[in-house]
Amino acid sequence: MTAPGETTYREAMRAAIRDALARDPHVFVMGEDIGRYGGCFAVTLGLLEEFGPERVRDTPLSESAFVGAGIGAALGGMRPIVEIMTVNFSLLALDQIMNNAATLQHMSGGQLHVPLVIRMTTGAGRQLAAQHSHSLDGWYAHIPGIKVLTPATIEDARGMLAPALADPDPVLIFEHGGLYNATGPLADPPPVVDIVHAAVRRPGTDVTLVTYGGTLPTTVAAADALAGRGVDAEVIDLRVLRPLDDATVIDSVRRTHRVVIVDEGWRSGSISAEISARIMEQAFFDLDAPVARVCSAEVPIPYARHLEEAALPSVAGIVAAAEEVITAGG
Amino acid sequence: MILLPDPAHGLDLYREMLRIRRFEERCVELYSQALIRGFMHLYIGEEAVAVGVLATLTPDDNVVATYREHGHALARGIPANSIMAEMFGKVEGCSGGRGGSMHLFDAGARFYGGNAIVGGGLPVAVGLALADRMQGRPAVTVCFFGEGAVAEGEFHESINLAALWDLPVVFCCENNRYAMGTSLERSESDVDLTAKAASYEVPALTVDGMDVFAVEAAARGAVGAARDGGPQFLELQTYRFRAHSMYDPERYREKSEVDAWRARDPLTLCEQRLRDLGAFDDATRDRLEAAVAGEIEAAIAFAEAGTLEPVADLTRHVYRDAAP
Repeated sequence: MTAPGETTYREAMRAAIRDALARDPHVFVMGEDIGRYGGCFAVTLGLLEEFGPERVRDTPLSESAFVGAGIGAALGGMRPIVEIMTVNFSLLALDQIMNNAATLQHMSGGQLHVPLVIRMTTGAGRQLAAQHSHSLDGWYAHIPGIKVLTPATIEDARGMLAPALADPDPVLIFEHGGLYNATGPLADPPPVVDIVHAAVRRPGTDVTLVTYGGTLPTTVAAADALAGRGVDAEVIDLRVLRPLDDATVIDSVRRTHRVVIVDEGWRSGSISAEISARIMEQAFFDLDAPVARVCSAEVPIPYARHLEEAALPSVAGIVAAAEEVITAGG
Repeated sequence: MILLPDPAHGLDLYREMLRIRRFEERCVELYSQALIRGFMHLYIGEEAVAVGVLATLTPDDNVVATYREHGHALARGIPANSIMAEMFGKVEGCSGGRGGSMHLFDAGARFYGGNAIVGGGLPVAVGLALADRMQGRPAVTVCFFGEGAVAEGEFHESINLAALWDLPVVFCCENNRYAMGTSLERSESDVDLTAKAASYEVPALTVDGMDVFAVEAAARGAVGAARDGGPQFLELQTYRFRAHSMYDPERYREKSEVDAWRARDPLTLCEQRLRDLGAFDDATRDRLEAAVAGEIEAAIAFAEAGTLEPVADLTRHVYRDAAP
């Protein structure tokens, strides 16, 4: 065990992929510009030189074909990691993800399974406008048959890939574009993480703030601001949107009696709506105030910086929502 | 030039086509008795394609088919019992009753569906071939799809990727001239599908899909070439004698057109060829009919006697680790 060093989210993810390639000859990576270009977001930079073009495969701009090829390769005994440049582009492969990856095991009566990992960038905050900025993580979590991971920390960026590859089911990993340059310490060897449980990132007693992915840093910052106002907020990082670890959320709500859900997805039909419903179903009489939500505005993400900022969950918005549930609770 | 068929082998091909024909004719009756439900698409008229192509494969090869796949499943050697039980929605079915007519699977037979999204099976076929190549296995993946799939982006993406990566896929385009009710002429700016495939640097052939011997000869060449090299494309020109599904009023084609194709019924053509060789007479037909009828009636009895999965098991097979 060496002393912990600083690394970025991007480097942590790259280290996880390198580790997977080195450990298992069945693992390979494919996607658009992941090899010679080094990855649109430089996650796979250097892997082509290290592992060669058979295992670090540049693909044409054919999302449906290379995601489907990942499914077929998984059926044929390989452990593919497919990279899709952004979540918006994944819609070109939605047929393969939804109609094949998520259904083949069930339709075949359990004979087939698809041990496929699909990584993609998600989220806004970089002025990339309405075709590169959406947060559909929660939308994918609607689909039975796939698992949905949203690593929000350096440790999860480093640690979630290995259990995802070991999982017999298709796993989608959403990497928020705003997190790639996040830095933090990472132990060596890196800690082993699961892809089952939500995590309490900041313990607190007055209000529960539930979030995932790119809004974790925003939510932690809001909790820090609330601390300055005498409010002790607990922050829960969902980590996995499907299957959802609602037990961790319910346990927290039973202690704090107040909850704000922070979700970069659109409010209507969102994962925040699902969490709110589960709190209502399981902990209604533990609540001292109605569940509050801070979501993205229901608008395609605009380009102009001030409009984009106004569309997204903010520290001020979370603080205001938390103070409101506390006031409402009396 | 097609060589004279070996009579014994020719009889095998005839029997396989007859199994499919009679199996599906009984399925129509069972459908009208509401013992089979859902969408059901009949292969009657197209039997020479599945039988001719699949006769050229080894057990280690992979097959990806469409929702009109009873014929492919039977010709691949999946027992009629388990196919019929699947149509009845029984646990003993080849997909455990979860798939039905459009989603026949058999992992042991390397039969990967039963894909009911037009074009959706093609990318998966490319991936199966990629897995074989990356693991040094000499297998070929045969992928069936209709001519309607040629209008889908997944066709173009997949054949391009297979060619780019030189993968052992045999793309078998079953051109039955209608995508449900839309004729090829109303769907493609250029109806020469073989030329489209060839434009991806893929060796491509147009084949008489009503002649099982022509299909088999072309498939043998394509499968062999794919095993040693890259993708191949066959356009198998055929015709569906029956409606698209059980709900099709057939307003889009003339009866005279159907009759003209029926005159080239693949069973009749095969029988005539075998009679010319002196390998087939009325007694042969009676014997084969009796054997096939026996097999199918036994399959129906098997399906009727099958069990319904307990509703308590409803959510099985969604996630691997959730299975009891």
